[in-house]
Amino acid sequence: MYEKDGNKYFVVDSHMHYWDASPENWVAGQENYAKGWIDCFHAYQSLGPPQTHWTIEHFYKCSEDDLMKDVFEDGYVDKAVFQPTYLKEWYTTGFNTTERNAALAEKHPGKFIVNGRWDPREGDAGIKQLEEDVARYDLKGVKMYTAEWREGSRGWTLQDPEAYRFLEKSQELGIKNIHVHKGPTIWPLDKDAFDVSDIDHAATDFPDLNFIVEHVGLPRIEDFCFMATQEPNVYAGLSVVIGGLMHARPKFFAKVMGELLFWVGEDKMTFGSDYSIWEPKWQVEGFVDWDYPGDEFSDYPRVNTDTKRKILGLNAAKLYGIEVPEECRLADAGKPAAPDDAALVEGGAKV
Amino acid sequence: MTEEEATVLAALDTVRDPELDEPVTTLGFISSCTVSPDGDAQVRLRLPTYFCAPNFAFLMVADAYDAVSAVAGVRRTEVRLEDHFASEAINGGIAARAGFAESFDGLADGELDELRTDFVRKAVLAGTDRVCRPLLAAGQTTDDLAELTLGDLPPSPDLARLRARRADLGLPSGDDSALLVDAVTGEPIGAQALPLHLRRTRLTRVSAEANGSMCRGMLSQRYGTRGQGQVEEVQ
Repeated sequence: MYEKDGNKYFVVDSHMHYWDASPENWVAGQENYAKGWIDCFHAYQSLGPPQTHWTIEHFYKCSEDDLMKDVFEDGYVDKAVFQPTYLKEWYTTGFNTTERNAALAEKHPGKFIVNGRWDPREGDAGIKQLEEDVARYDLKGVKMYTAEWREGSRGWTLQDPEAYRFLEKSQELGIKNIHVHKGPTIWPLDKDAFDVSDIDHAATDFPDLNFIVEHVGLPRIEDFCFMATQEPNVYAGLSVVIGGLMHARPKFFAKVMGELLFWVGEDKMTFGSDYSIWEPKWQVEGFVDWDYPGDEFSDYPRVNTDTKRKILGLNAAKLYGIEVPEECRLADAGKPAAPDDAALVEGGAKV
Repeated sequence: MTEEEATVLAALDTVRDPELDEPVTTLGFISSCTVSPDGDAQVRLRLPTYFCAPNFAFLMVADAYDAVSAVAGVRRTEVRLEDHFASEAINGGIAARAGFAESFDGLADGELDELRTDFVRKAVLAGTDRVCRPLLAAGQTTDDLAELTLGDLPPSPDLARLRARRADLGLPSGDDSALLVDAVTGEPIGAQALPLHLRRTRLTRVSAEANGSMCRGMLSQRYGTRGQGQVEEVQ
C-alpha cells in the first residue's frame, strides 16, 4: 500500500517477472538471440531515473531477496501478478517460466498471483499441459507472447483456429484473464507484427474473457485504442507506458495517458511495473504525483485520486477477485466509474 | 565529409522509417556514409534495438540502396544493416537485389507494398493533425476546418509533407482539394464526422511521435554516438 497526502492506494502490480537471463542459461548456438533479448530489456531500463539503473550482471538474474525487497518492501506493491515468458528456444530452462515463478510464490503465501501461458502451436500436448498447469497453480490468467519462436515458426495470432481451441479450453478451465503481448517477429513477415486486429476478433468471440493488452499495444497505440473503445472486455496494460515514458519522455507520457483515458477510460487501465525492467517504487510515487504538465492538455479527461486508485490497483483487483481493504476503496464507490468523455466516444464512434 | 558524401547523405534524407515517417538520417540511423574517390558508396545503418521489426528494417535498407544508387557519380553501392538479428538475411537479400519474400524464404507470403501503404495512411492522419492543430488553437472551429482546402493554408513544411504523403497514396493533394479527407477513399470528411476524425488524427500522431521519441532514447542508450545527419528531437 502507498499513502500520500492522507490518501491510501492499494497497489496491484499486474505485470512483472522473475527471470533468469544469465549467460549460463543461454542455449548453445542461440547466444546472440538470448543476449540480444536481455540487452534490449536492459536498454529499456535506462529510460527510468538514473538512480534505479542496474548493472547488466544484476539485471541478468536478480535474487529472490532483491525481488521481495524491490517489489513489496520498497515498492508498495500489495499483490503482484507473475507473467511468464518462456523463450525456451533461447534460454535453456526458459527465460521466466510459470514453474520458476510459482516456486517463489509458494514461499511467500498471499503475495503473488501466478499466471500461466499456452502456445497454440503445441497442439494436444499444449492442451494437456494447460490442464495440468491449471490444476497445479490454480491459474486465473495467462500471458501470451505471440512473437515467440518455436521450431522454425516465428509467431502466431489469436485468430488462428488453434488459438481459439486454447481460448475455449482456458474458459472451460476457469481462466478469466488473457494478457497479450505483441512482439516484433511474426508469421507472416510481410504483415505488421504489431497489428492488434486478432485481439479484436478474439475479444468479440469470447465476451466472458478479459483481454489485457500489455504495453497498450505499443507501438500501435492508435490501433489498440480504436479497438479497445469498441470492446468492453479489452483492457490497457500500462507496463512500459509508465516505466518507459513517465520519466524519460514526460510530455509524451501525458499525451499517451490522455489518449488512453479518452479512448479506453480509467476503468480499463491497469498498472504493471514490468519488474525487473523497472522497479515499482518510483513508478508508483511518480504516478500518484502526476498530472498533466500545462494547458495544452486541457481537452483530455482529468485525473484525480480515484483515477489513480483504479489504475494502480482497483481495476486489476476486480479482474483477479482480490479483496481490497476498505480504506483503499473509492471515495464514492456508488458512482459509475466510466468517464463521460469515453462514454461519449463509445456512443458516437465509427472506427 | 566530401562533397560526394554530402550528396549521398542528402539522398538518404529521402529515406524514411516507414513506421515513424521520419528520415533515417535525422533519426540517427546512419552510422556511417562514405564514398571512395572512384565512386564506391558505403552506408551503414543501425537501429534502436536488436529486434526492431525486420520488415521495416528491410524497407529502409532497400530504400537506402535505391536512393544512393541513383546519385550521379556513385558507381557501386553497398548498404549494410548492423547489429540486428536479421542482418544477414536483409543484407544478403539487398546485395543480391532479391525481393523481401525471397530474402526471408518461407517467412513471408508476399512483398511489402501493402504494409507500406498502411503506414503512409497513418502518416497522412498524423500529418493532418500537425496541420490542423495550430488552426484549432488559433480559434477556428471544426466547422471552419470542414470548409477549408489545402490551398487556403499558408505554406509550411508540415503542409508540404502532408501533400507529399497524400500524393504518394494517390489522394487529392492540389490547392482545390479538401483539407480533411478520408485516408483511404480521399473523400472529404463531413462536418459531422469531423470531431471524431480529428480525435483519430491526433491519436495517430501521438502514437507515432511517442514511438519515435522512445526509439531515439533506445538508440542513444545503445550507441551513445550521433548518426550522420542526426537531428535532436524537440520535446
